[in-house]
Amino acid sequence: MELDVVDREYMYCGHVACAGCGAAIAMRFVLKALGEKTVMAIPACCWSIIAGAYPQSSLQIPVIHTAFETGGAVASGVRAALDVKGDTETTVITWAGDGGTFDIGFQALSGAVERNEDFLYVCYDNEAYMNTGVQRSSSTPYGAWTTTTPSREWKKMRKKNIVEALVAHRIPYAATASIAYPEDLVRKVKKAKAMKGSKFIHIFASCPTGWRIPSEMSIKIARMAVQTNIFPLYEVEGGVRYTINLSPRGYLVKEYFGLQGRFKHLAESDLDQIQQMVDEDWEFLQRRARAMPA
Amino acid sequence: MKKVLEGSHAVAEAVRLAGVQVVSAYPITPQTHIVERIADFCAEGAMNARFLRVESEHSALAALIGASSMGVRTFTATSSQGLALMHELLHWASGARLPIVMADVNRALAPGWNIWDDQTDSLSQRDTGWIQLYCETGQECLDTTLLAFRLAESVNLPVMVLLDAFLLSHTYEPVDIPDQESVDAFLPPLRPRIALSTSAPRALSQMAPPNVYMEMRHSIQKAMDETAARLEELDAEFMERFGRRYGAVEAVCCADADIVLVTSGTITGTARQVVEDLRAAGQKVGLLKIKLFRPFPTTQVREVLEPVPKVAVIDRNFSFGATGIFAQELRAALYGLSRRPEVFGFVAGLGGRDVTEKVVREIYLHARDNAAPDSEAIWVGLSEVSNGA
Repeated sequence: MELDVVDREYMYCGHVACAGCGAAIAMRFVLKALGEKTVMAIPACCWSIIAGAYPQSSLQIPVIHTAFETGGAVASGVRAALDVKGDTETTVITWAGDGGTFDIGFQALSGAVERNEDFLYVCYDNEAYMNTGVQRSSSTPYGAWTTTTPSREWKKMRKKNIVEALVAHRIPYAATASIAYPEDLVRKVKKAKAMKGSKFIHIFASCPTGWRIPSEMSIKIARMAVQTNIFPLYEVEGGVRYTINLSPRGYLVKEYFGLQGRFKHLAESDLDQIQQMVDEDWEFLQRRARAMPA
Repeated sequence: MKKVLEGSHAVAEAVRLAGVQVVSAYPITPQTHIVERIADFCAEGAMNARFLRVESEHSALAALIGASSMGVRTFTATSSQGLALMHELLHWASGARLPIVMADVNRALAPGWNIWDDQTDSLSQRDTGWIQLYCETGQECLDTTLLAFRLAESVNLPVMVLLDAFLLSHTYEPVDIPDQESVDAFLPPLRPRIALSTSAPRALSQMAPPNVYMEMRHSIQKAMDETAARLEELDAEFMERFGRRYGAVEAVCCADADIVLVTSGTITGTARQVVEDLRAAGQKVGLLKIKLFRPFPTTQVREVLEPVPKVAVIDRNFSFGATGIFAQELRAALYGLSRRPEVFGFVAGLGGRDVTEKVVREIYLHARDNAAPDSEAIWVGLSEVSNGA
């Protein structure tokens, strides 16, 4: 299949991501969709390192690296500065990990989208604090091992539903996307770029290092997350118009979990319980989509 | 044009005249009158700025870091807890060499809740790389805010303008508001040294490994070293244009003084009166007002105080486990002199307790009647309290 994506690269090959890094793949496609008239704020996350050390940068757009909890606020300031200079054409994007979005940066994000700042917030989600060595975040899924949820203390709380939290702000656009579905991802970024106000895209970005998977499995695992309904692809406009982009009849939870070292401690009964949780979440999403169609 | 204004409104007038382009703020007593007035200016079209009503002080400064990185003139105001919440980003703003200007209304830190005057909020941020300028009057608030933009933009460091809670922020005084044309001549539109652009992409504030980090830090200190000289030049230019000047320090009757009182902020105004009265009564007392706290004006302070036998520092602030903070800095500044004055450090007026003429006079008498201080920090006017033992 041929992708409707520009050949031009906005990311140099000298970046320092791990082999198979989903966050690097996500950046590559998002920048292709946005183009060069883009200013990016990167709060502390894996990409603070991946982009490279002074005096080099692997990104061909202007970037402000900033403090962990400031993604929403720094982008608001960049937007304000562009506006007073009369530049409404340039896209402002915040590029944050799940820690900087779900946890420490949630307040600034909530504030920015409540003000409906005209910017795109992308969370690339690798489901833990990977840059600091795989510590649990509120995005870490139920059942996962991390270095702060070791052994019998594996995480026993659900992953926070960040998209629904953003939808509750009634922002113009909130969507999920996956590195395994680049055509869908690029379409969503282009759609967000064309809209005014606050846009949020939650990108599932696998992490071979933290998930204990071989690097060549990165895309397959990301695709399975969608196919199991663990990470459904959908979009919500204006906080009320739902579109589910894909209705998979694919894998079971245990097939997806079985390939990843971070879940290897789980018993059959745990997996059954998680399958129920996933089915229930999927059912809730479908109900919302039926009740509030696009 | 002269108007009777609050110190807060004097700051706001300066922000309007400075043509600030992005303002970002979160409300906290007693900073609110500054940002409310600026919000009015924006709403009425007297200012052509974007005003971001963010959800915290942390975000207020973060937003300005974003805006300033794009090369526009920026301003925020805060106080006490708000400044403490900004702490991380105070370091960020100076490290990124952004010429952000902030007014901080000096207020005590909790607990217990206390909204009154105390300088510990800003003085405990002394190592963050911000220039700090303390004000005594409403006029000085306006003038210092204008100076702050020129200074910040000439050395690419952020500047904090400090005014005492209520005693200055909410006190009405006649203030001369310069006309726009004169201000424009003194403070032309920002020509930024840092301004991200999509036509020449760069990364700001990225990873800086050990091979470059120290040089980056050293360049901040070099800018600090430059600051005193820049301020002196700007002061002279300001004097020429507006007929007022403040200096990094101001020495009153110090040349022949046996004792010099050292003050900052509004205590200075009270001390001026006390010095005048004591002089009239034949006492050889002087006053040194410190306006520039960071970088500390070591040269100027030494020049004034070297020949003086005794110095009495009045600190409306405190560093636990040490002393009043101006006293601490002053002792360090004087240490290199072969002949040093005896330094008495007084702590007074914490949490808004009045520092009256009587209190200042007691401080003077204590220094006069004792050969040397019996402790590094002398707490003035403490009541007897039970420790519950």
